[in-house]
Amino acid sequence: MTNKLLLGDEAAALGAVHAGITAGYSYPGTPASEVMEYLIKASGSGEFKANWCVNEKVAYEEALGVSFAGKRVLVSMKHVGLNVAADPFMNSSITRINGGLVVLVADDPGMHSSQNEQDTRYYAQFAQIICLEPSSHQEAYDMTRKAFDLSEYFHIPVVLRMVTRLSHSRAQVKERTVREKNKVNRADGKDWTLLPVNARRRFASLMKEQKMLVKFSQGSPFNSLDLNEENTKLGIIASGIGYNYVMENIKDLSPPPSVLKISTYPLPQGLIQDLAEHVDTILVIEEGYPFIEKNTKGLFGIKGKTISGKLDGVLPITGELNPDLVRSALQLDPLRRKGSAHDWLPGRPPQLCKGCPHIDTLKALIQALETYPKAVVFSDIGCYTLGALPPYNAVDTCVCMGASVSMSKGGSEAGIYPCVGVIGDSTFIHSGITPLLDAASLDTNMTVVILDNSTVAMTGGQPTVATGEKLENIIRGLGVDLRHIRRIVPLKKNLEENAEIIKEEIEHAGLSVIISFRACIYEARKRKKGANK
Amino acid sequence: MKQDIILAGVGGQGILTIANIIDYAAQKSGLCFKQAEVHGMSQRGGAVQSHVRLSDVEIYSDLVPKGAADLILSVEPLEALRYIDYLHVEGKIVVSRNPYVNIPDYPDLDKVLDAIKQSGNHVIVDSEKLSRDAGSPRSQNIVMLGAASGFMVLEEAILIQSIKEFFKSKGDKIIDMNIEAFRLGREAAGT
Repeated sequence: MTNKLLLGDEAAALGAVHAGITAGYSYPGTPASEVMEYLIKASGSGEFKANWCVNEKVAYEEALGVSFAGKRVLVSMKHVGLNVAADPFMNSSITRINGGLVVLVADDPGMHSSQNEQDTRYYAQFAQIICLEPSSHQEAYDMTRKAFDLSEYFHIPVVLRMVTRLSHSRAQVKERTVREKNKVNRADGKDWTLLPVNARRRFASLMKEQKMLVKFSQGSPFNSLDLNEENTKLGIIASGIGYNYVMENIKDLSPPPSVLKISTYPLPQGLIQDLAEHVDTILVIEEGYPFIEKNTKGLFGIKGKTISGKLDGVLPITGELNPDLVRSALQLDPLRRKGSAHDWLPGRPPQLCKGCPHIDTLKALIQALETYPKAVVFSDIGCYTLGALPPYNAVDTCVCMGASVSMSKGGSEAGIYPCVGVIGDSTFIHSGITPLLDAASLDTNMTVVILDNSTVAMTGGQPTVATGEKLENIIRGLGVDLRHIRRIVPLKKNLEENAEIIKEEIEHAGLSVIISFRACIYEARKRKKGANK
Repeated sequence: MKQDIILAGVGGQGILTIANIIDYAAQKSGLCFKQAEVHGMSQRGGAVQSHVRLSDVEIYSDLVPKGAADLILSVEPLEALRYIDYLHVEGKIVVSRNPYVNIPDYPDLDKVLDAIKQSGNHVIVDSEKLSRDAGSPRSQNIVMLGAASGFMVLEEAILIQSIKEFFKSKGDKIIDMNIEAFRLGREAAGT
């Protein structure tokens, strides 16, 4: 088999393809988007299904249907996407998973492109299932394959936890043989109908299985303990990308410490105990929250031993790890450098592209709100969130997918006027429809501006399910007063007219929806190219 | 043998294209490599960097440690300075002299170039002019790759082959323009 040059996300996706998936589902989100982009390419002329879905919850439930049918399925998302899919995720742990179901979740420590840095290992622990955490591209490939076997063996979903640095790093991967797809073999409905009578039985079964999961983790080929008899002072527990930073620096430590690499959860208790018995101090190096550290320490620690890491400040408890932070945690001097960073360098934050339709919508909004100093603009997740930064300073909030609409309703009911929600077309489809239905049913005094740029722009231009007329029909169908569904075209020359329309709708004492319709410049370029071909 | 490279520039300048070409070349040269890049929000006109690590033995960290970079290759002068603490004491900076001004507080260019010169080992290239000479103002990234290529552990012929591979779908004209950009960059660096 050949070596392939792949992103970490792509390595995991290829692992799923070679494990014989029948389908892959996802919603775009950095740093997980490249998983589905790869699957779509790899699915060729329909070797398996690979689709973008409306949101992560829907993607997860579609995956459950595939598993019920006895087929293998990969569902992928960014860390906060699992919050959206948390309902099916938690409940699926007590169905009797039939065809292998692997949940690839990419965390974003350091918040390169996210609103928080939550750690998915807690979700796996919450659902009491297996989580695998690769350190390298090869592991991402191999573990994804293995995850399907484990899912079918233990009848549980298996989480594959990635992080930005691995998702978006490229390296070589050695391919292995391709496994055949499963045949349709439907599950027993009694194990999937979570009425209390069945759910109690299934939950008890999952609890009984916990010991077996720990036993598996204990012997997992992805966990390894390298004990050094010469060094009884320091032992390291490292996981995921943290392991790489340890190995980067370990050559400078003499005598080298013992290293326990953890890539399989639940935690391998016996291996941790073996290490603890051998050394005085355990240093835990893990990307994300201090998950291993907290679990190892418990409430009272291990008598006579020091457990060190993020909780005692040896490593920062926020942000992303890197080889330098880990070097310092290992009490090694920094490498010699040519120079130090200049403090007079200005930052260069991301900004809206030249010609972006959002610029014209934001300008019209700013102009319309000039006479309303008390206005609040509730915004959402997408490129337009950059409207919070100078020179616009035009939006006041960005919390989670769809919250612009629901927060506008709450804000309005609490007495804020004007309340404006600003949301993109794909974010609206993902999580804005239901709150707009709520607002429409009460004709809440608020104005929702939908920035329809016909694509999921921020994550790289994935297709959106509804744009243009289709999107407008959805809004009409929700019961919004047709006289207060307005359309504007965000262009410089329309500034005065657009600001006037926004103003009129703010003055309307009820719900208004303004659709600001112009394609993302990249999307427009893509279409033009397609038309010329 | 190892070589750590920091690629720098502004979103849209083609930093990831340089990275991809180096990846191809590393693969063809039978080297181990890891290359970390930035996707998502910061690609929108913000500072973009990529860490490239080449070695004949297994590489662990996807990120280059501070003080380990043998080379900073930057398509923009200010962006080169942002990563100066990554540079090894004997490291080299290969940088474009042409600023990309999309922020209101861009410092005086002479101050930026002086700071680069003070950091010692450097090659400053007029990538804007050379890319125009090559027939494509969008090829500044490839000019800079050419300028840095003489300091890389990768062979020139393999890099050129990788450029051909990368632009294959764009047709011969684009391939030729980029190879010319590479050649002009390499010549300007005097290697």
